[in-house]
Amino acid sequence: MKKYIIKRLLIFIPVLFMISIGAFLIVNLAPGNPVDMYVSPDMTVEQIEATKEALGLNDPLIVQYAKWVTNIMRGNLGFSFSSRIPVSTILSQRVGPTLLLMSISLVVAYALAIPLGILSAKKQNSIVDYIVTGLSFTGISLPSFFLGLGLIYVFAVQLKCLPTGGTKLLGVDGGFSDQLRHLILPVIVLASQFAANMIRYARSSMIEVYNENYIRTATAKGLKPMQILKNHGVRNALIPIITVIGADIPKIVGGAIVTEQIFQWPGIGSLMVSSINSRDYPVLMAITMISAVAVLIANILVDIMYAVVDPRIKFS
Amino acid sequence: MEESKILEVKDLAISFKTFEGEVNAVRGVTFDLHKGETLAIVGESGSGKSVSTKAINRILPKKNTFIKSGEIIFEDKDLLKISEKEMQGIRGKDIAMIFQDPMTSLNPTMKIGKQIAESIIIHQHENKGNAIKRAVELLDMVGIKNPEKGSNLYPHQFSGGMRQRVMIAMALACHPKIIIADEPTTALDVTIQAQILDLMNELKDKLNTSILFITHDLGVVAQMADRVAVMYAGKIIEIGTVDEIFYNPQHPYTWGLLASIPSADLEEHNLYNINGSPPNLLYVPKGDPFAPRNEYALEIDFEEEPEMFKVSDTHYAATWLLHPDAPKVTPPIEVVRRREKFLNLKMREVI
Repeated sequence: MKKYIIKRLLIFIPVLFMISIGAFLIVNLAPGNPVDMYVSPDMTVEQIEATKEALGLNDPLIVQYAKWVTNIMRGNLGFSFSSRIPVSTILSQRVGPTLLLMSISLVVAYALAIPLGILSAKKQNSIVDYIVTGLSFTGISLPSFFLGLGLIYVFAVQLKCLPTGGTKLLGVDGGFSDQLRHLILPVIVLASQFAANMIRYARSSMIEVYNENYIRTATAKGLKPMQILKNHGVRNALIPIITVIGADIPKIVGGAIVTEQIFQWPGIGSLMVSSINSRDYPVLMAITMISAVAVLIANILVDIMYAVVDPRIKFS
Repeated sequence: MEESKILEVKDLAISFKTFEGEVNAVRGVTFDLHKGETLAIVGESGSGKSVSTKAINRILPKKNTFIKSGEIIFEDKDLLKISEKEMQGIRGKDIAMIFQDPMTSLNPTMKIGKQIAESIIIHQHENKGNAIKRAVELLDMVGIKNPEKGSNLYPHQFSGGMRQRVMIAMALACHPKIIIADEPTTALDVTIQAQILDLMNELKDKLNTSILFITHDLGVVAQMADRVAVMYAGKIIEIGTVDEIFYNPQHPYTWGLLASIPSADLEEHNLYNINGSPPNLLYVPKGDPFAPRNEYALEIDFEEEPEMFKVSDTHYAATWLLHPDAPKVTPPIEVVRRREKFLNLKMREVI
């Protein structure tokens, strides 16, 4: 197992290189450039050129990439083009809120979705099942901006019981309860999306398990339905569920682009949008690389979890 | 014999609701199982043998299965009427099952020992340690070498034959009064099949369990059974002791089955076969469902289903040929030979 993980970690290096090259190309191919953001009517062409030169934007792409890579190797993420603040400082400010929002949303989503999906499978084709699958399809079909704006309209504008966005009240120290109040709406939006997806997988995976012969064996042994579910059902149904979890994990650091925008949540997702708008290459590259690392680590975690759950899966 | 009856199935009729309509899978099945005996139920796929035995343990899918009539009497209780909770106390404890496919009938993510121990824990209220100890003993009894180690392995580390041994150990765990074995050797190759059958015979003699043995393999029947019930289109069409069925069969369908067993002395004639295929039980035909395939069919076979005619105290068959007014017919040559062999055997016994 240790050997396997080390091997996987070593594979990271070439993979991250490829990703960085791809991302660097795409980011630089996008129309517009960072200097456009600084341009004001009273700037001369020489001044614009001088800024470009200072940012290294006039170098050939290969040189720019080489510079970026050598900096990254030294642990230097560079400076933001637009704010001149070190990228690492910006990220460290933004990662906290995203981690908080995404991890709470995922925990809430799974705590609801996995039991509901299993229940729905256990009572397949019953009213409970129809309600759960109905909710799940509604969750999948509702775009997050629509749900988010709808919730803001109802709870913030009409009922005035919850804030429209942000992480806390400005100017006053509202404490923990205030933070919690700010979390409610974005968590509902994100959790409903994660949950809707997870319910479908949990349900179908559990239904599949219920049709297996070993469930019939367990019934013939005289086990009660709950014992069958607990001892023979859940563990076997976990593999597809783990796959979905693995796909969700990177979002914990990657953030949620739309939802963070709607609720003015100062996380990685909204940072990404603003840095795309200002063509802030160093920030964009940093976010891309962090997401890439998160995906790779999530993949390893998923593989380890597979092996823990299913004795047939062995590392070699 | 009366008092040693352990299970009575009376006029059991089961149908499945499908999109096409109602499939009459079992259309009135009656049989008894005696203490310590092996009753084999033989028949083609779809003849209802598996369905009628699954009904005993009530493990048919609930949603689309309808028990239309019948009683299944076990220890003065009708298993079709008792609560699901009561049934859970009988399954695995009094009536255990061995299934056809050992490759998929064991939970892939649970250790062998634990899977066997499970029913000991629920039915005999043993603690986990003792139950696992019992599981190891059982594994030893069914011939798993190094049972201690085996109990700590997962099913995928076992071969098919070994897994079926595990299934048998699991079935025996609580000393059941009845074991229902649903084609337990169909998925195994022939040498392993012989080993498993030997094991079952040996354990049956040791533990005096009754076995309901479902199979479509007449060779297996000869090796295992005390009595045989032949099923066709959801009904038992002939039932008798193994000698009566093999050497003095009465029903043309049984003739067909026996005549189509290939034998080493098959010389001048070709292998017999029963033409056609079984009826679709969505539309049960009028008269005897076997009539269209029956070269000995009488006119009445197409009009009315025959009742069970008594041949001896233990031997009954549902064919109009046994009616006193029926014409005498000569069964296939193979069956005639069998009858002669049987008579010779009997005469030798007398001498």
